[in-house]
Amino acid sequence: MTINWAEFTPLMSFSGGALIGAAALFLMLTKGRIMGVSGILAGLLPPNSSFELFWRLAFIFGIIAGPLLLTGFSLYTIEAVAVAKDGVLYLAALLVGLGTAIGSGCTSGHGICGLSRLSLRSMMAVATFVSAGVLAVFVMRHLF
Amino acid sequence: MVLALLSAAISGIIFGIGLALAGMLNPAKVAGFLDIFGLWDPSLMLVMAGGIAVNAAGYFLFVRGGKPIFASSFSLPEARQIDKKLVIGSVLFGIGWGLAGLCPGPVIASIGLDPAGIFPFLAVMLVGLKLGVIIRTRI
Repeated sequence: MTINWAEFTPLMSFSGGALIGAAALFLMLTKGRIMGVSGILAGLLPPNSSFELFWRLAFIFGIIAGPLLLTGFSLYTIEAVAVAKDGVLYLAALLVGLGTAIGSGCTSGHGICGLSRLSLRSMMAVATFVSAGVLAVFVMRHLF
Repeated sequence: MVLALLSAAISGIIFGIGLALAGMLNPAKVAGFLDIFGLWDPSLMLVMAGGIAVNAAGYFLFVRGGKPIFASSFSLPEARQIDKKLVIGSVLFGIGWGLAGLCPGPVIASIGLDPAGIFPFLAVMLVGLKLGVIIRTRI
Protein backbone atom coordinates (compact mmCIF):
# COMPACT_ATOMS: atom_id res chain seq x y z
CA MET A 1 0.00 0.00 0.00
CA THR A 2 1.31 3.42 -1.01
CA ILE A 3 -0.31 6.52 0.43
CA ASN A 4 -1.05 9.31 -2.03
CA TRP A 5 0.16 12.20 0.16
CA ALA A 6 -0.30 14.73 -2.68
CA GLU A 7 -4.06 14.12 -2.77
CA PHE A 8 -4.55 13.55 0.98
CA THR A 9 -6.74 16.34 2.47
CA PRO A 10 -7.17 15.39 6.13
CA LEU A 11 -8.33 18.76 7.49
CA MET A 12 -10.78 19.61 4.70
CA SER A 13 -12.17 16.08 4.63
CA PHE A 14 -12.58 15.95 8.41
CA SER A 15 -14.28 19.37 8.41
CA GLY A 16 -16.56 18.42 5.52
CA GLY A 17 -17.36 15.17 7.31
CA ALA A 18 -18.18 17.06 10.52
CA LEU A 19 -20.64 19.22 8.53
CA ILE A 20 -22.20 16.08 7.03
CA GLY A 21 -22.61 14.70 10.56
CA ALA A 22 -24.08 18.02 11.75
CA ALA A 23 -26.58 17.97 8.84
CA ALA A 24 -27.66 14.43 9.77
CA LEU A 25 -28.03 15.40 13.42
CA PHE A 26 -30.02 18.51 12.51
CA LEU A 27 -32.47 16.54 10.35
CA MET A 28 -32.91 13.96 13.10
CA LEU A 29 -33.49 16.55 15.84
CA THR A 30 -35.99 18.55 13.76
CA LYS A 31 -37.85 16.12 11.46
CA GLY A 32 -36.89 12.99 13.39
CA ARG A 33 -35.66 11.34 10.19
CA ILE A 34 -32.51 9.48 9.15
CA MET A 35 -30.48 11.48 6.62
CA GLY A 36 -30.23 8.71 4.05
CA VAL A 37 -30.20 10.13 0.54
CA SER A 38 -31.22 6.93 -1.28
CA GLY A 39 -34.19 6.42 1.05
CA ILE A 40 -35.28 10.06 0.81
CA LEU A 41 -35.02 9.90 -3.00
CA ALA A 42 -36.94 6.61 -3.15
CA GLY A 43 -39.74 8.28 -1.19
CA LEU A 44 -40.03 10.88 -3.95
CA LEU A 45 -40.56 8.41 -6.78
CA PRO A 46 -44.13 7.77 -7.96
CA PRO A 47 -46.57 6.54 -6.76
CA ASN A 48 -45.35 7.72 -3.34
CA SER A 49 -46.99 11.11 -3.53
CA SER A 50 -48.15 12.28 -0.16
CA PHE A 51 -47.69 14.84 2.56
CA GLU A 52 -44.27 13.28 3.21
CA LEU A 53 -43.14 14.55 -0.18
CA PHE A 54 -42.50 18.14 0.84
CA TRP A 55 -39.77 17.78 3.45
CA ARG A 56 -38.00 15.36 1.13
CA LEU A 57 -38.12 17.92 -1.71
CA ALA A 58 -36.93 20.67 0.63
CA PHE A 59 -33.98 18.52 1.69
CA ILE A 60 -33.07 17.70 -1.93
CA PHE A 61 -33.26 21.39 -2.91
CA GLY A 62 -30.96 22.13 0.01
CA ILE A 63 -28.36 19.62 -1.18
CA ILE A 64 -28.41 21.20 -4.66
CA ALA A 65 -28.18 24.72 -3.21
CA GLY A 66 -25.35 23.97 -0.74
CA PRO A 67 -22.43 23.66 -3.19
CA LEU A 68 -23.81 26.59 -5.27
CA LEU A 69 -23.85 28.80 -2.16
CA LEU A 70 -20.33 27.66 -1.31
CA THR A 71 -18.88 28.50 -4.73
CA GLY A 72 -21.03 31.66 -5.01
CA PHE A 73 -19.95 33.19 -1.71
CA SER A 74 -16.37 31.97 -1.38
CA LEU A 75 -13.30 31.42 -3.50
CA TYR A 76 -13.57 27.67 -2.98
CA THR A 77 -13.56 25.73 -6.24
CA ILE A 78 -15.08 22.28 -6.49
CA GLU A 79 -13.02 19.83 -8.46
CA ALA A 80 -14.77 16.94 -10.22
CA VAL A 81 -12.80 14.56 -12.41
CA ALA A 82 -14.79 11.68 -13.91
CA VAL A 83 -13.41 8.15 -13.62
CA ALA A 84 -15.80 6.28 -15.91
CA LYS A 85 -17.06 6.73 -19.46
CA ASP A 86 -20.53 6.23 -20.97
CA GLY A 87 -21.12 2.46 -20.90
CA VAL A 88 -19.49 1.87 -17.53
CA LEU A 89 -21.05 5.03 -16.13
CA TYR A 90 -24.60 3.92 -16.99
CA LEU A 91 -23.97 0.44 -15.58
CA ALA A 92 -22.63 2.07 -12.41
CA ALA A 93 -25.65 4.38 -12.14
CA LEU A 94 -28.02 1.42 -12.44
CA LEU A 95 -26.07 -0.54 -9.81
CA VAL A 96 -26.02 2.43 -7.40
CA GLY A 97 -29.80 2.79 -7.69
CA LEU A 98 -30.57 -0.92 -7.49
CA GLY A 99 -28.08 -1.63 -4.73
CA THR A 100 -29.06 1.19 -2.39
CA ALA A 101 -32.75 0.30 -2.75
CA ILE A 102 -32.22 -3.44 -2.15
CA GLY A 103 -29.66 -2.84 0.61
CA SER A 104 -31.80 -0.13 2.28
CA GLY A 105 -29.17 2.58 2.28
CA CYS A 106 -26.05 4.24 0.94
CA THR A 107 -23.00 6.07 2.25
CA SER A 108 -25.08 8.63 4.15
CA GLY A 109 -27.77 6.40 5.66
CA HIS A 110 -25.60 3.40 6.53
CA GLY A 111 -22.18 5.09 6.53
CA ILE A 112 -22.84 8.19 8.64
CA CYS A 113 -26.20 7.63 10.38
CA GLY A 114 -26.14 3.86 10.87
CA LEU A 115 -22.55 3.67 12.12
CA SER A 116 -23.26 6.55 14.54
CA ARG A 117 -26.11 4.53 16.05
CA LEU A 118 -23.82 1.46 16.22
CA SER A 119 -26.25 -0.44 13.98
CA LEU A 120 -24.92 -3.93 13.18
CA ARG A 121 -26.81 -3.92 9.87
CA SER A 122 -25.09 -0.69 8.84
CA MET A 123 -21.67 -2.00 9.90
CA MET A 124 -22.26 -5.01 7.68
CA ALA A 125 -23.51 -2.81 4.81
CA VAL A 126 -20.51 -0.45 5.00
CA ALA A 127 -17.97 -3.30 5.20
CA THR A 128 -19.69 -4.89 2.18
CA PHE A 129 -20.00 -1.83 -0.06
CA VAL A 130 -16.47 -0.59 0.69
CA SER A 131 -15.07 -4.07 -0.09
CA ALA A 132 -17.10 -4.28 -3.32
CA GLY A 133 -15.94 -0.76 -4.25
CA VAL A 134 -12.28 -1.67 -3.61
CA LEU A 135 -12.71 -4.76 -5.78
CA ALA A 136 -14.37 -2.77 -8.59
CA VAL A 137 -11.56 -0.18 -8.59
CA PHE A 138 -8.93 -2.94 -8.48
CA VAL A 139 -10.44 -4.66 -11.51
CA MET A 140 -10.84 -1.38 -13.44
CA ARG A 141 -7.41 0.06 -12.66
CA HIS A 142 -5.09 -2.87 -12.20
CA LEU A 143 -6.50 -5.74 -14.26
CA PHE A 144 -7.48 -3.90 -17.43
CA MET B 1 -45.00 23.08 8.85
CA VAL B 2 -43.00 25.87 7.19
CA LEU B 3 -40.34 25.64 9.88
CA ALA B 4 -40.16 21.87 9.44
CA LEU B 5 -39.62 22.31 5.69
CA LEU B 6 -37.05 25.02 6.34
CA SER B 7 -35.17 22.74 8.72
CA ALA B 8 -35.07 19.99 6.07
CA ALA B 9 -33.73 22.52 3.55
CA ILE B 10 -31.09 23.77 6.02
CA SER B 11 -30.00 20.19 6.68
CA GLY B 12 -29.67 19.70 2.91
CA ILE B 13 -27.62 22.89 2.52
CA ILE B 14 -25.20 21.92 5.32
CA PHE B 15 -24.95 18.42 3.84
CA GLY B 16 -24.25 19.77 0.34
CA ILE B 17 -21.54 22.13 1.60
CA GLY B 18 -20.04 19.33 3.70
CA LEU B 19 -19.90 16.98 0.69
CA ALA B 20 -18.18 19.68 -1.40
CA LEU B 21 -15.55 20.53 1.27
CA ALA B 22 -14.93 16.85 2.01
CA GLY B 23 -14.01 16.20 -1.63
CA MET B 24 -16.92 13.79 -2.10
CA LEU B 25 -18.10 15.57 -5.27
CA ASN B 26 -14.91 14.50 -7.04
CA PRO B 27 -15.29 10.95 -8.43
CA ALA B 28 -11.51 10.70 -8.85
CA LYS B 29 -11.03 11.33 -5.12
CA VAL B 30 -13.59 8.68 -4.17
CA ALA B 31 -11.95 6.17 -6.52
CA GLY B 32 -8.58 7.17 -5.01
CA PHE B 33 -9.90 6.15 -1.58
CA LEU B 34 -11.07 2.78 -2.88
CA ASP B 35 -7.77 2.18 -4.70
CA ILE B 36 -5.99 0.60 -1.72
CA PHE B 37 -3.83 -1.55 -4.03
CA GLY B 38 -2.62 1.49 -5.98
CA LEU B 39 -1.94 5.05 -4.81
CA TRP B 40 -4.26 5.27 -1.80
CA ASP B 41 -5.90 8.53 -0.69
CA PRO B 42 -7.19 7.94 2.87
CA SER B 43 -9.18 11.24 2.97
CA LEU B 44 -12.59 9.54 3.02
CA MET B 45 -11.73 7.82 6.29
CA LEU B 46 -11.58 11.31 7.80
CA VAL B 47 -14.91 12.25 6.22
CA MET B 48 -16.44 9.27 8.02
CA ALA B 49 -14.58 10.06 11.24
CA GLY B 50 -15.79 13.67 11.24
CA GLY B 51 -19.35 12.73 10.34
CA ILE B 52 -19.61 9.96 12.90
CA ALA B 53 -17.96 11.99 15.68
CA VAL B 54 -20.52 14.80 15.40
CA ASN B 55 -23.55 12.65 14.64
CA ALA B 56 -22.85 9.96 17.24
CA ALA B 57 -22.24 12.54 19.99
CA GLY B 58 -25.56 14.20 19.16
CA TYR B 59 -27.34 10.87 18.88
CA PHE B 60 -26.30 9.63 22.28
CA LEU B 61 -26.85 13.05 23.93
CA PHE B 62 -30.19 14.08 22.42
CA VAL B 63 -31.85 11.39 20.35
CA ARG B 64 -31.98 8.49 22.76
CA GLY B 65 -34.94 9.08 25.01
CA GLY B 66 -35.76 12.46 23.43
CA LYS B 67 -38.25 13.75 20.90
CA PRO B 68 -37.76 15.71 17.64
CA ILE B 69 -38.98 19.31 17.36
CA PHE B 70 -41.31 18.91 14.35
CA ALA B 71 -42.46 15.28 14.67
CA SER B 72 -44.09 13.19 17.37
CA SER B 73 -41.18 10.72 17.55
CA PHE B 74 -37.87 9.78 15.98
CA SER B 75 -38.25 7.47 12.96
CA LEU B 76 -35.42 4.99 13.42
CA PRO B 77 -35.03 1.78 11.39
CA GLU B 78 -36.52 -1.23 13.18
CA ALA B 79 -34.83 -3.99 11.17
CA ARG B 80 -32.12 -5.80 13.13
CA GLN B 81 -31.50 -8.85 10.98
CA ILE B 82 -28.52 -9.00 8.62
CA ASP B 83 -30.30 -10.58 5.65
CA LYS B 84 -29.40 -11.38 2.07
CA LYS B 85 -31.08 -8.22 0.78
CA LEU B 86 -28.72 -6.07 2.85
CA VAL B 87 -25.65 -7.94 1.61
CA ILE B 88 -26.67 -8.31 -2.06
CA GLY B 89 -27.79 -4.68 -2.24
CA SER B 90 -24.55 -3.46 -0.65
CA VAL B 91 -22.44 -5.54 -3.06
CA LEU B 92 -24.28 -4.06 -6.07
CA PHE B 93 -24.06 -0.54 -4.68
CA GLY B 94 -20.35 -0.93 -3.86
CA ILE B 95 -19.54 -2.06 -7.41
CA GLY B 96 -21.40 0.92 -8.87
CA TRP B 97 -19.77 3.28 -6.36
CA GLY B 98 -16.32 2.00 -7.26
CA LEU B 99 -16.90 2.08 -11.03
CA ALA B 100 -18.18 5.68 -11.12
CA GLY B 101 -16.87 7.20 -7.88
CA LEU B 102 -20.39 8.46 -7.25
CA CYS B 103 -23.01 7.70 -4.59
CA PRO B 104 -26.51 9.24 -4.27
CA GLY B 105 -25.68 12.31 -2.12
CA PRO B 106 -22.90 13.63 -4.39
CA VAL B 107 -25.04 12.94 -7.48
CA ILE B 108 -27.74 15.27 -6.11
CA ALA B 109 -25.16 17.82 -4.95
CA SER B 110 -23.71 17.95 -8.49
CA ILE B 111 -27.03 18.88 -10.13
CA GLY B 112 -26.51 22.64 -9.78
CA LEU B 113 -22.78 22.55 -10.56
CA ASP B 114 -22.93 20.47 -13.73
CA PRO B 115 -26.56 19.77 -14.72
CA ALA B 116 -25.83 18.42 -18.21
CA GLY B 117 -22.99 16.22 -16.97
CA ILE B 118 -24.83 14.60 -14.08
CA PHE B 119 -28.33 14.28 -15.56
CA PRO B 120 -27.84 10.96 -17.43
CA PHE B 121 -26.33 9.35 -14.32
CA LEU B 122 -29.13 10.73 -12.15
CA ALA B 123 -31.84 9.47 -14.51
CA VAL B 124 -30.42 5.93 -14.72
CA MET B 125 -29.81 5.88 -10.96
CA LEU B 126 -33.46 6.81 -10.28
CA VAL B 127 -34.62 4.03 -12.63
CA GLY B 128 -32.38 1.63 -10.70
CA LEU B 129 -33.74 2.90 -7.41
CA LYS B 130 -37.34 2.33 -8.49
CA LEU B 131 -36.52 -1.16 -9.85
CA GLY B 132 -34.67 -1.92 -6.63
CA VAL B 133 -37.67 -0.94 -4.51
CA ILE B 134 -39.81 -3.35 -6.55
CA ILE B 135 -37.22 -6.17 -6.48
CA ARG B 136 -36.72 -5.72 -2.73
CA THR B 137 -40.32 -6.71 -1.99
CA ARG B 138 -39.96 -9.91 -4.07
CA ILE B 139 -36.74 -11.46 -2.74
